[in-house]
Amino acid sequence: MSDDLLALATRVAGWGRDGEQVEAFVARGRDTEIRVYEGGVESLSSAESAGVGIRVLTGHRQGFAYAGSLDLDVLGETLEEARDNAGFATEDEYLGLAERDGVEPAALDLWRPELIELPTEEKVARALELERAVRAGDRRIRQVESAEWGDATSESAVVTNTGIQAYSRRTACYVSAYAIAGDTDDTQTGAGYSVGRRPADLDVQQAADDAILRATRLLGAVKPKSAHLTVVFEPRITATLLAVLAGTLDGESVLKGRSLFAERVGEDVSVPSFTLVDDPTDPDAYTATNYDAEGLATRRNVLVNRGVLQGFLYNTYSGRRAGTASTGSAVRAGYKGAPGTGARAVSLVPGDRSPEEILKFVADGLLVQSVSGIHSGVNPVSGDFSVGAEGVLIKDGALAGPVREFTIASTIQRMLAGVVAIGNDLECLPSSASGLTLAISDVSMSGQ
Amino acid sequence: MLIEEAVIEEVLGTALTSGGEFAEVFAEDRRGTGARLDDGRVEDLASGRERGAGIRVVFGETTGFAHTSDLSESGLKAAARAAAAAARGGGGGVRTVALQRVGAPAPNDVSVLPETVAKADKVALLRRADDAARRAGGAIKQVSAVYGDSRRRILVANSEGVLAGDDQVKTRFAVQCVVTGDAGMQTGRESVGATVGFELFEQFSVDELATAAGQRALTKLSARPAPSGVVPVVIKQGGGGVLFHEACGHGLEADHIAKDVSVFKGKVGQLVASPLVTLVDDGTMGGEWGALAVDDEGHPAGRNVLIENGVLTDYMWDWLRARKEGRSSSGNGRRESYQHLPMVRMTNTYVLAGTEDPEEIVRQTPYGVYVAQLGGGQVNTTTGDFVFGMTEAYLIEDGRITEPLRDANLIGNGPEVLRNIDVVGNDFAMGSPGTCGKDGQGVPVGDGQPTLRVAGLTVGGTAR
Repeated sequence: MSDDLLALATRVAGWGRDGEQVEAFVARGRDTEIRVYEGGVESLSSAESAGVGIRVLTGHRQGFAYAGSLDLDVLGETLEEARDNAGFATEDEYLGLAERDGVEPAALDLWRPELIELPTEEKVARALELERAVRAGDRRIRQVESAEWGDATSESAVVTNTGIQAYSRRTACYVSAYAIAGDTDDTQTGAGYSVGRRPADLDVQQAADDAILRATRLLGAVKPKSAHLTVVFEPRITATLLAVLAGTLDGESVLKGRSLFAERVGEDVSVPSFTLVDDPTDPDAYTATNYDAEGLATRRNVLVNRGVLQGFLYNTYSGRRAGTASTGSAVRAGYKGAPGTGARAVSLVPGDRSPEEILKFVADGLLVQSVSGIHSGVNPVSGDFSVGAEGVLIKDGALAGPVREFTIASTIQRMLAGVVAIGNDLECLPSSASGLTLAISDVSMSGQ
Repeated sequence: MLIEEAVIEEVLGTALTSGGEFAEVFAEDRRGTGARLDDGRVEDLASGRERGAGIRVVFGETTGFAHTSDLSESGLKAAARAAAAAARGGGGGVRTVALQRVGAPAPNDVSVLPETVAKADKVALLRRADDAARRAGGAIKQVSAVYGDSRRRILVANSEGVLAGDDQVKTRFAVQCVVTGDAGMQTGRESVGATVGFELFEQFSVDELATAAGQRALTKLSARPAPSGVVPVVIKQGGGGVLFHEACGHGLEADHIAKDVSVFKGKVGQLVASPLVTLVDDGTMGGEWGALAVDDEGHPAGRNVLIENGVLTDYMWDWLRARKEGRSSSGNGRRESYQHLPMVRMTNTYVLAGTEDPEEIVRQTPYGVYVAQLGGGQVNTTTGDFVFGMTEAYLIEDGRITEPLRDANLIGNGPEVLRNIDVVGNDFAMGSPGTCGKDGQGVPVGDGQPTLRVAGLTVGGTAR
């Protein structure tokens, strides 16, 4: 299966002229998405897509072009376009394609043929089963806005005329539901999902229970009084926070004077129990991969060790410019983008407390179950952090009243320093970060 | 024409052979150029091209959808069969479709197609922006600028005989500056974008845009933490259309109504906002960012009044939702690309001007927050709770704009906030170009409003 994509990429890379570096990234994917509603199929989409992104470097200038096709004549035109574009970029001595660095790729098997063989009827059945489970699970559920099955298979190859040759492929599937609880005077919503690489990984009942719990536990929620308090993030929220944090540890932002951690390597940025790693070679991580977007082997990078900032993530360009090397952290948004730098599988080293023990330890505070407005309320340059939230107040170590329509705010720097408990409940999530329960002191809650 | 008319008729026929009630072919050819300058260097110039078709077959309550990048007759027929199988109708039969072209005027003329402009001229704009931004002050440490243009040609045909096309040209430019001061770093951003060609830069000066972004960042260097809690909020003209996009725009989309996940369900004819509010969604609006001649289902764009003097007049509709109600679409069926199903989406959404002098609105506010620029937002249509970020804001004290505030989100409940609008200014401006996300699909949207005041909104700052 890998042969044709690698062969195609190799062919394109071979079109490079003397003195030219050429990189071909070819990708192909197949997706199915099934939505059910009120016991029937609302929509079923199945699609195959393929495309190419080509980088050409001439005299330390870079050009890029992409096309949503793998036809040979289109590949030729795309290369010409990238070559032409290179002429308009600024010369930069650090620019250059990746070269083999001796790091062997992790032996990851992320492909599950049983997903590909699963008949459509079975997928529809799972989605219908989920919808039924949400409706039947609690009499306060009045509606299931959507119940969904989704799956994807994706393959990609990166080949350069500088010696890079990489191929990776993966399968993924999920079920998800969005539950609505209550009556018209008091309506609340909750999402639940389960993800995996093959159908047997999915737990439909757990997805249903999650959606039901989240929607029903908010019934009767009120707008809280403004306060400064300790917040406990559920694993999903922690994952969101870690993904934002990882974005500030990107070596390119540091080089360009856009990271609030630029001058802080070797300093304490958090508490001693806080160790943060980015490890795409972990087979349990949803976003695991053996190669990065430039075709270098991925590796385990420790970003923060016992509260001390260790360093940043680099791709080939930013690594060279920083006087170091790539950390295998090139990422790209499909074939339509040239590689940037980023984390793929960030995770905190778990602590020793269970979520219940953390609630008892915190005693009085707020459990956060959802946040909104991450893109509008978090400034990764200044560190300002302000998001809408929903959750449940914690009183005397137990969950008390549900609350909504408020914000929680601090700065990324203060939140890291304010970590007071890290849970033992590490959970892989469909995100570039894993989650666990995390408690942070002295956060502003703005309500009434 | 992306596909021959005779081929479309054949493909629609294939799509209906297994008994579908409705079939549609949506073909798209999109080309674009993007150039980015960062850290004083033009990092790369990227260009791309994508073309393909999405085929939709509806049978009963089920929609089947498949897409292909192969626009040959055999490629299209394969996709049509896949979509038909997904919708799985009952008894088949032969149905023929006679196409009738939909006449819809383009919202505006494009005078300079971006593809006719030399790449060097596009790159030169980036350098000008970099120079201008850096001249705004010594504290400016970093500048990034982005140029983008796209040309999207679409063709839609369906089994009801609709045949329509559109040629959508968009051009945009954005500058972001980072400044460093004693209290850390701050950012300032400015962007423009319109459904026009390279003539965008005759209307807007890249130098002025860059200077404004630089000054915005510099102003924020002395910003103090925003208040925490409910305060009156005055929003400057053009800076806050996103408030209405989130507070009620999404809640007025007919798919949310049909699924009973909108706080505005069953409220047509009722007072849902302050009588000062008249809200319009208008896809025909000249060269605005969300303008179009026909939507992605081939229906002509419309100017639709959603709220008139506070009374809810109508929702926004696509083909699927309109069909169920036995009415016609409002021209709001849009999709990100041929790889996506259409759904109800906004175009340009704005509040009409009122009567008050905007300066007087500030003078009549003893204490509050003045928001000069909003970032994006997010809404839960079921509860009506929504957030939106402020990226340039000031404190109002004794009727005067005083100190700058740090970035924060604001949170409110849509219906409550609409009722809480107590003054609307006589000025009006459209805001920055936006991308609206819904169910994973992004489409370009515009928004606008006059200066107005919300009597109480929760500001999510950290001030004690």
